[in-house]
Amino acid sequence: MNLSSSYASPKPAGGLELWSWVFMRISGLLLLGLALGHLVLMHLIHNVDEISYAFVATRYAGWFWRTYDLLMLILAMLHGMNGARILIDDYVHPVRWRRLALGVLYVGCGGLLALGAGVALFFQPVSH
Amino acid sequence: MQLDIQIKRFNPEQDREPQWREYTVTLEPTDRVLDALHAVKWHHDGSLAFRRSCAHGICGSDGMMINGRNRLACKVLIKDLRQPIMVEPMRGFPVVKDLIVDMAGFFDKYRSVRPYLISDEAPPRTERLQSPAERERYEDTTKCILCGACTTSCPSFWANSAYVGPAAIVQAHRFIFDSRDQGRAERSAILNQASGVWRCRTIFNCTDACPRGINVTKAIGEVKKLLVKAATRPPHPPPTRD
Ligand code: SF4
Ligand code: FES
Repeated sequence: MNLSSSYASPKPAGGLELWSWVFMRISGLLLLGLALGHLVLMHLIHNVDEISYAFVATRYAGWFWRTYDLLMLILAMLHGMNGARILIDDYVHPVRWRRLALGVLYVGCGGLLALGAGVALFFQPVSH
Repeated sequence: MQLDIQIKRFNPEQDREPQWREYTVTLEPTDRVLDALHAVKWHHDGSLAFRRSCAHGICGSDGMMINGRNRLACKVLIKDLRQPIMVEPMRGFPVVKDLIVDMAGFFDKYRSVRPYLISDEAPPRTERLQSPAERERYEDTTKCILCGACTTSCPSFWANSAYVGPAAIVQAHRFIFDSRDQGRAERSAILNQASGVWRCRTIFNCTDACPRGINVTKAIGEVKKLLVKAATRPPHPPPTRD
């Protein structure tokens, strides 16, 4: 980018990079709390081998844990994806490779996000 | 004392790649790396090229990487360094010869942030007054001597030389937070680009490198916060200028 070309027309405040920076800070803080809560509940209070289909089904009977998980999923995916986007921007210079890397990143993250969100939103327990 | 010093030499007319060469010189432990370079140049190999002017940490011309860290050769004592002392040019700028790097791009970026007082007010008859507190606000960043140690210690700059770099941001900070200056909007627009402050990843190498002890990362952070504040404040009519 030609820095001197910006002399004539200062861009208005805001912009992707600014909001990305703000988002990383806020989501980082929220994730700290959410992930610690998740860790305490799923690994300390309940042992991993207690966690079964039935456990998840009871947990997902109400909306609280669905919302909790969905929020954590969205924040974590976007936070991680944005971090990877920044790394790619920094280190992958050839335009084609950069586009490819970003494409793979967005598609991969979008897919995982959709999959996880689908479960958190539409999970219906099947009794057996 | 006997001192072993290794210098990364590069002569564009002969060498394809820079190469390390070792020299042994006799010096006092309280001598500086600059004295060691002088000893090499004056008594061993007159073709060694490096910049220096004041020899007292003021002009900022002898920034180089000494034992892996950016320092001014005239400010580092030999007794404080592990031997052999390794001296190489600052990273990220093209090497012209030996320890001399091409700083043209560095000064282009410096100029791009408009490092001078911008004011549309008519010049007063005397000084433009400022309270001690207003002066204190940007005291730290007035100390910059434009040596380039911060910018060339920054991994983000190594990765992408489009980044305007810590030194230019320090210089912008010096005016942005000056109560007499009115160029904040113009400078903010430049620093708000993708190649501006947002390329800073808070690595703190710049703060370690600065020979003037400027809190470089903090200054960059203050500019970031200012930009966020400006973006989240409800819009108000721009200040009228005539
Ligand atoms: S901020 Fe410090 S390291 Fe950077 S150019 Fe100025 S004096 Fe040198
Ligand atoms: S020679 Fe001037 S700062 Fe070192």
